[in-house]
Formats: sequence, C-alpha cells, structure tokens
Amino acid sequence: MSFKPIILWTDALVYLLVIVIIAFVWYVRRNEYLLAPWRRVGHSASGMAALTVLTFFIAIGLLDTVHIRPAIENSNGSSGEKAYSVEVLSLLDIIATPLRTRVEKTYSAPFAAFLYTKETAELPDGRQIREFPRLQFGGAHLQNPETELAADVAWKAGVGGGLGLLLWGLVVVSLTGLLANRRDEKFLSAFSAIWRGSTQVPWNAICITLALLLLFCGAALALSGSYHIFGTDKVGQDVFYQSLKSIRTGLVIGTLTTLMMLPFALLLGITAGYFRGWVDDAIQYLYTTLSSIPSVLLIAATVLMMQVYIESRPELFDTIAARADLRLLFLCIILGVTSWTGLCRLLRGETLKLREMEYIQAAHAFGVSHWRIISRHILPNVMHIVLIATVMDFSGLVLAEAVLSYVGVGVDPSMISFGTMINAARLEMAREPMVWWALLAAFSFMFALVLSANLFADAVQNAFDPRARTLSAKAIILRRRRHEENPQAQSVSPTVEGSSKP
Amino acid sequence: MNPLLQIDNLATVLHTGAAPVWAVDGLTLQILKGETFALLGESGCGKSMTALSIMRLLPEAGEIVSGSVRIGEEDLLLLPEAAMRNVRGRRISMIFQEPMLSLNPVMTVADQIGEVLRRHFNLSGAAAQERVLEILNQVGIPDAARRMNEYPFQFSGGMKQRMMIAMALAGEPELLIADEPTTALDVTIQAQVLDLMRGLQQRGGMAILLITHDLAVAAEMAHRVAVMYAGEIVETATRENFFSGPAHPYSQKLFASLPGKAMRKQGLRLAAIGGNVPALSREFVGCRFADRCDHAWELCHEIAPRWNVVAGGHQVRCHLFNKDTSPSVQDPELGSQRLEATVADSEGSMKSGSRTPLTSESGDSSPYLLSVTGLKVYFPIHKGLMKSITGYVKAVDGVSLTIGQGKTLALVGESGCGKTTAGKGILQLIPPSAGSVRYNGLELVGMERKRLRKMRAEFQLIFQDPYSSLNPRMRIVDIIEEGMDALSVGGRGEASHAGPHSAGKKGRVDTLLESVGLPPETKWRYPHEFSGGQRQRVAIARALAVSPRLIVCDEPTSALDVSVQAQILNLLKDLQSSLGLAYLFITHNISVVEYIADEVAVMYLGRIVEQGRVEEVLDHPRHPYTQALLSAVPVIDLASKRPIIHLHGDLPSPANPPSGCHFHPRCPHAMPICRERYPETSAFSSTHTARCYLYPQEQDSA
Repeated sequence: MSFKPIILWTDALVYLLVIVIIAFVWYVRRNEYLLAPWRRVGHSASGMAALTVLTFFIAIGLLDTVHIRPAIENSNGSSGEKAYSVEVLSLLDIIATPLRTRVEKTYSAPFAAFLYTKETAELPDGRQIREFPRLQFGGAHLQNPETELAADVAWKAGVGGGLGLLLWGLVVVSLTGLLANRRDEKFLSAFSAIWRGSTQVPWNAICITLALLLLFCGAALALSGSYHIFGTDKVGQDVFYQSLKSIRTGLVIGTLTTLMMLPFALLLGITAGYFRGWVDDAIQYLYTTLSSIPSVLLIAATVLMMQVYIESRPELFDTIAARADLRLLFLCIILGVTSWTGLCRLLRGETLKLREMEYIQAAHAFGVSHWRIISRHILPNVMHIVLIATVMDFSGLVLAEAVLSYVGVGVDPSMISFGTMINAARLEMAREPMVWWALLAAFSFMFALVLSANLFADAVQNAFDPRARTLSAKAIILRRRRHEENPQAQSVSPTVEGSSKP
Repeated sequence: MNPLLQIDNLATVLHTGAAPVWAVDGLTLQILKGETFALLGESGCGKSMTALSIMRLLPEAGEIVSGSVRIGEEDLLLLPEAAMRNVRGRRISMIFQEPMLSLNPVMTVADQIGEVLRRHFNLSGAAAQERVLEILNQVGIPDAARRMNEYPFQFSGGMKQRMMIAMALAGEPELLIADEPTTALDVTIQAQVLDLMRGLQQRGGMAILLITHDLAVAAEMAHRVAVMYAGEIVETATRENFFSGPAHPYSQKLFASLPGKAMRKQGLRLAAIGGNVPALSREFVGCRFADRCDHAWELCHEIAPRWNVVAGGHQVRCHLFNKDTSPSVQDPELGSQRLEATVADSEGSMKSGSRTPLTSESGDSSPYLLSVTGLKVYFPIHKGLMKSITGYVKAVDGVSLTIGQGKTLALVGESGCGKTTAGKGILQLIPPSAGSVRYNGLELVGMERKRLRKMRAEFQLIFQDPYSSLNPRMRIVDIIEEGMDALSVGGRGEASHAGPHSAGKKGRVDTLLESVGLPPETKWRYPHEFSGGQRQRVAIARALAVSPRLIVCDEPTSALDVSVQAQILNLLKDLQSSLGLAYLFITHNISVVEYIADEVAVMYLGRIVEQGRVEEVLDHPRHPYTQALLSAVPVIDLASKRPIIHLHGDLPSPANPPSGCHFHPRCPHAMPICRERYPETSAFSSTHTARCYLYPQEQDSA
C-alpha cells in the first residue's frame, strides 16, 4: 500500500455526524409527519439555492476530511518496513497538489506574473538592478507577460467557464430526464415546467445557482492551473488553496461544536423544565453563572492551558496535523461548553410548557416512568427547536472561529482557517503597498458560506414555524392560481349561481 | 324599513393548504336597525369569517371573492382602506371571544378607549376623560373614575369583557358585531354580560350581529336567527318561529342533540349528527347537509335547494319545504322525526334503562367505590429572596364526596373554583396536602409510588381539550398501547414475553377502537388526521385500555360542538352501562349534568357548598350560590326561565378567601353570622346537603 489512512479525532466525529445525518434522513423519510416540514424546506427557492451552494462547501469539506499519510521512499530500505511521510494529506490536498506545491518566494498579486516585491537581480553583464522578478509558476508559460497576460487570462477563463456551462447543461438535461421519467411526462413538458417554475421543488432556482457556481468553478479551475488566482501569501503559498482548506475548519467548528453542545443543552434543559424544583434551580444557577462570564475570557483561558499541555507533551502526537487537530477539537468542545446556555434556556421554557400538556398528564396517570415520558413525549416535541437553533447557530460559530483565531486563541497556527488568514491580513493591510487579496479571499469565501448557511437556516425556520405557514402556502397558491386562472373562474361561476337568493 | 346592514352573495376564500377553502359561500342576510340578529352554527361553518369579512379584517390568507356588504347606502367592499378606517369602530364595531387577548396589556383602559375617541371624534384631554368615564359607567364598571386608569391585568375576565364592550361602544356604532362574546366566560358572568348588551341595545338602538354556537344564548338575545352550515345560511326566521318549530333538518338535529333533563327523563339517547361539518375546500353538488341528513333523497344530492318559505319571514333552504319537489309525505314525516329518533334509539336506552337499576342496587349494597374525605390541595406562595412560604392558594379546601360503583357524580362550578385540581388530587396526580382518598377501601394518599403505579389501571382520566391530550408525534396505536405497556395489562396475567401476548395486545387495540366507534384501521394514523370528536374518542379508548373502573372526566365535551358533544355523551353512557364504569364528571355545563349525572356536587372556591341527587339539587337548589348559578344558565324555552339572580363581582382569589362563608360577599341573603364562621352542613334528605346559615345547622357534623 502506498499510503496509510489516518483518522484524526475530528475526522472520526465528522464521520459520526455523517452517519447520524444519514440515519436521521432515513428515519424522516419513513415518517410522514416529520417529512412534511422538510418538504416545505424543499419548496423554498432561496433555501434550495443556498443548499446548492452549501453542498459545494460540504463536498470540499468532506474531501478535506479523508486523511492519509503517503508512503515515502525508504532510504535504508533493508528493514522491509514501509515508512510513511510525516505529512498528513487529505484527498483535497492530493487533488490540489499543483496548488499546494507550487510555492512562490513571497507575495504576489492575483493573476500576476511577477512578484510583488523588488529583488536585486544580477544581469549577465554583472550589473545589479532591482526589479520585480518573474514568478516561478504563476504565468510562467507566457513569453511576454506585459502584453499577453490579459488575453491569456480571458481565454482561459472563457474556456473554463464554457466547460463549466457544458457540464451544467449535462446536469440539467439529466435532471429533466429524471423528473420526466418519474412523473411520466414528456421530456419537453418537464423541461418547460422547470423553466416556468411550476414544479413543487424550485428546480429553476437550483439550476440558476448551479449555472453560476459551475461557471465560476470552471473558470477558477482552468485559471488556477497556470496562475495564482487569489495571489500568494507571505511565504508564497497559493491563497486559493488556503481558502479551500479553510472551508473544512469552518465547517468542523460549525457542526462539531453543535454536536458537543447538544447533550448539555438537551439533558440539562429538559430535566430542568421537567423536574422543576431544586433540579431546575441548580441548572438555572449553572447556566446563569456560565453565561455571565465573558466567553472569550473562558475560551482564552482554556485554550492557553490546552496549548501548554500540548506543547509539554510532544510525544503524544506523531504528526503536526494530529496536534493541530486535537487543538481544533478542544476548541470545539470549549465553544460547545460555553454556548449551550441559549438553547438550554429555550428547551427549559418549552419543556415547562409541554409538561403541563394533557398528554403528559395522561402518561402520568398511566404511571409511565419519568425517563420514558422525557424520551417519548417531550424529546420528539422539542426537536424542531433543536433543529432551528443548531442551523441558526452554525453561521455564528463559523464567525466565532474567525474572531477567536484573530485574537490568537483559536485554532493551531499551522492549521489553515479563515481566522488565521484574517489574522495574517492584519499585518498585510498595514504594509505599503498594501496586500489585500488574502483578506478578500477569506472574506468572500466566508461570506458565501455564512450567507448560504443563513439563508438555509431561514428556510428551515420558516418551514418549522407554524405561524409562517399560511403566508408561504398562500404564495404557492397565488402562483398556481395565476397559471390556472381560467379553470378557477369556471369553477366559481356555478357555485355562485347555485346559491340563488330568495 | 330599510335594512341597516345588507349582505348580498358574499363569498370569502381562505388560501390555506392545498385547495382554497370557501369559508363563506354566497351568504345573504340583512339586519334591521335596533335588532339583534343571531348567526348560529357549529365551529367551522364560517361564522367568524363572515364577521371578519364585514369588517374587512380577514387574515392574510383570506380574500373576499364576490358579493357586497352594504351599510346604509355604502358598499364597504368598494371603499378604499383609508375610508374603511372611518367605518371600523365608528359605524361597525366588534367584540371578540377572548377578552384576555383583545386588550393591550401595557395600556391603561382609559388610553385604549381614548384611542377610539381620538380617532373618530377628535376628542382628547379632559373631554376624552369625561367621555371615557361616561362609557365605563354605562357598561357598569364600579368605581369607574378610579379604575379607568388601571391596566387590563387588574381586571377580572368579566370586567375585561365589559371593557371590550365599552371600547366597542365608544364610537357609538350603528352595528355591533359580537363574535361569541360570552363563550370564554362563566355562566354567572355570561348572564351579566348578556344583560348588559341587551340593556345597551334598548337604550341606544344599535343593531347587534350576535355570532354564537349556543342555541340558548341566541334564544335569550336574538330577534331574528339565521343558521349557518358549511359556509351558507340554511334557515332564517324570527326567534319565536325558529325556537317553536325549527324547519331545516340540521336545525332540528341541533335541538335534538342538546342534553338536558327532558332527554334524560324520557330515557332518550341524544340525537347525534353523524359525521362532521364537510371540508369547505371541496366542491358541493346539491345540498351541503345531504350526507348527514336523515331525510335526504336523490334530489338532495343532485340539486342545491333554493330558499323556500315556511311562514312569513321564516325561510329555509331545504327541498322538503318546496311544494313542487318534496315527496307528498312531507309533513307527517317531519312531525315523526323525533318519534323516529326515539324508536331508533330506544333499544340502546332500554338496555341502559334496564341495567341502571341493577348496578345501582349493587352500588348501594357494596361500599362506595371512591370515598374522599376532607381532601385539601394547597399550593404554597413563595415570596422574597429566600422564597419563604408566605401563604397558600387553597385550591381545594376540604372536599368530601363519594361515588358508588357504576354511578356518575358531577362536580359543578365556575372556572377557578378548584374542580380540576380536585379531580387531579383524587387521582394523585397532584399530591394532596391533607385528607384521605379511599379507592375500594384502599387509602391512596401517601401511598408509595410503586404501589400507586399498580393501582393506576383502576382509575383513569379524560381531558377537556382533545387537541392537547394526544401526543402529536405518536400514532394512535402507540398512544393506546402506552398505558397498557406501562401498567403491563392487555394480556393481563399471562406470561408477558413473546408473540401471543403482543398479538393479544394488538387485538385489544382493535376492539377498543371499535368500542369507541372508530374503525380499527385508524390505529396507524396520527392524531392530527382526526377531528375533535374523533380525538376525544381516541382519548377515551386510551383511558379504557387499562380497564379502569373509575374515570375522571375533566370537561370532556366543553371543547366540542353540540352535535359532537352528543356523540361523546352517548358513548360515555353506553360505556357506563356495558362496563359498569363510575364517572367523576367535572363540568360547568348544567345541561350536561342534567343529562348524565346521578349525583351533583356544587363547588365554590375550593369547597362543596351543596351536594345531592341530581333532581334534588337542580330542581330544588338550596344554597344561594346554586340558585344563582342555575338561574344564570340560559335556556331555550323562555317560559321556563327562572328570574336571574344577579351575582355581583367575581370569584374571589383562593389565596385569600373571604372570612366565614366564602360566598357571603356576593350572596343576596348574607347575614352577619355569615362573615364570621364557615357554616356547617344542613341536611334536607339523606342525600341532599348544603352548607348555609339559611337552614338549620347540624351541630354534630364532623
């Protein structure tokens, strides 16, 4: 075997989360009443468009989660044992090997063919001049960058974008075929249904988002082969590659923290609301105390303690990645420990309301045990709150990571994340001439991720909120009525005639 | 005479769910100046939507599709929204069902009424204050000058409804729309409010559109009545005509489904209308009531009936009254309608009639199934930093009662008197503070949790609200099996492990559902797929699953429509006669008590003030409170109406009950001694007792 699979701590948890989500989806599909609100999520145009973008991010994040250690040439090969590189690589790293390995000397602007700083170069005649040297990789194929660059970039972007659109066309055609097949329609009528937006699931919104996404991805992929499309950072690393790597960190923080927080919030919130009395008092004091300590302070203290522990025991970690990963995990745990109070409060309130419901009292009258009441009657009835809260929290946590890393108590400095990128940008912005692209890249990736997460969260909340239901239903009906104006009018007239007056 | 309000062909659509719901479909009515027009109907008939359409206050999803609403000469549906604001509150105002929700809790009463005055009369400052005071005096708020600057939470429910009426009156409207104005109130308060509305109308000459589901309220208030069914009016008549001879089969059924003394005396089952109000989203061909009508024939399913005149001003939308189309046997058939019901149901009632005496005999010979003595449930009031106990809410304060095997005891009282708490205290769902509850001779108070759990199968509970008493996330089969699992009954006794046991359990669920009148296939469904009456049936099946002998029914029908209430009452009676169940029936509805109960206990502020057999208490009430309560109940037959004994004020707080007899501040017969000591029991017969100084006291009563 030329590699050895590595499962880091966060990897294991991410796999666990994926399994949980798959099991949840399977369970929801079997239960009509659980499926109904998710159908409503599926009918929201903005939500589905956001989900399309999120899917891209999640795919990248998952690719970045599968870690391996490639085998290396064994110099003293007599032992027969294979030696593995100390560098842990993910699938994404391997796919993006060109991006990862083509390291320039230092800063270079996006699409540049020259470094951003002057260097002293020796001319063949022995004179020394200071000039912007050519990059080793970016635009290296160009003979005369000053004249050829713009045309080459445009051409490559065009080709890449075109390929992306071609792929999009294939996706749309196969999607339409699938739908037509499922609904026993002609291909063309299914296509026009998608085009007019009269399908239940807003496929037209999804297709438009997908078109934009594939266009950008195609262009970016085509260009990144020969340029640094987001420039390079201080040590010459490609910023585009860094942005891609940051996605996993953001996703892990956003999801695992929730995973850490849920047991606290669920257990404590429901027991407080259900048992009341001194249990309630104790739990309330606990979370009131916890939420009155500034969480940054708490996080900073714990992270610093953690750092000392890790650094004093280097023997525990066989790779740098393992060390950085453990720190990420602890950051998740600490964030989880400090952020469960909000959800806990919500759950306590809801449970207080639910425990007075008559079906709970009926269960008491049957002598059903407390834990059975909690698990069968209360837990399923608060799940919608949990769901809404976790989806809404996700984007906040991604942002929190950026803030914490900026303050210096976030992830390991060797781990690429939006926070570390922004932190680095602090010095770059102060430089003259200014280096702006690292910040811009981090900003736009994070913005896309958080915005789509927020839009999706909104769609989820609307679908699960009974009060918001009538409005969206009305919108659907209005849309349908506009299409079926004539049959509607015909159905009105007989009823009016039928009810004749005295 | 020109009508004040003329509605023509009004159609309102609600855009909810998959298909548009035609909540109001071709409604035509007119209201004259100074008359009270009652719109009657069950829930889901479109009554409230009619009111909201008139005010143009429909919810977001609602839309008026066609028709006209004319007040005087103006068509309200053609007015721009800005002009509509001059109509609302000025020409038409509205009172809503729930006074607690329709007042803004952070504004004083004077401010809220002042808003109306500022908008419509441009009054402000002292002039407005003066007018507010005047209006509040008009609606009978005592000490109005001081209380006008208080906040809504400082008023009781009845007072809040008066405030609502005061706000509605502030604009001196020509038409007052009252949407179930007394449904949320107790009978004594309801009597006060209805009286007030009647008085105001006589003085001011405004018209009232009274929307109600209560036939008796309509009988007391209305000049003319219209019955609404499935979005359209099916019958309109003057009050006298309507209540002396309802024409439409639906109206007749509504009357026949009312429980009461008469029905019980004749041993009649209540005439329940089969099925439910049809979904208004479907297309109707023919008469909308045809599917539930006993008289329906082919024509009814094919052609929608037109208006037919029964007598002057009495019109009905039914083919039976059309001389051209109806079968020749029309009149005799109608006349025999009640008779038929008697014959059809006599079998069931005969059964129960023959069995009741049997059970009562055995009940007399054996000791009581349940005997409660001196039950007290106090809730501590915590105050201050250390949460020290500063007092108690004496929700139940020394209740004693007994229920025999297979008997029904009704616990009657206004809301807040502790009926429900007493029921839960008896079932040990709330730990009692003192007293003893003996079930079959076994003391339940203070019994350890484990033993109590075993006992729980013997006594069960049915709740008021069928919507909150079933877990929406569980299937019917899981709901019913839960109790059987928890108490390991169902395959009772046999080795409870493997296949045969669970098969037996499944079979039992089926038989249970059948016994409450639901098809067994329904067990795979979720509660939200059922209507209110069906849910209540499921709740009854759940209680029956563990084969109890005593069921505490906590207002089991008060959330249901009359016709569905009849179904449930019939079911409860049948189950009692076939299974020998005893019921503790907690209710505020006197007519239900008359129909179902053997004995009655009247509760006031945590104590039972009068107790006895149903005919003793209801026919010859002794305690002034019972007398007032019974006189306040609206009745359809106005001839038999007792003069209303007006009670002043509201139920005092159980945290701080009045000294002496709790009732003395509101009692018309209060004597000095009433303020000092709580009266002892006075017995009128071996079963009938009351606690009042008006009657000779028994010194030795413990």
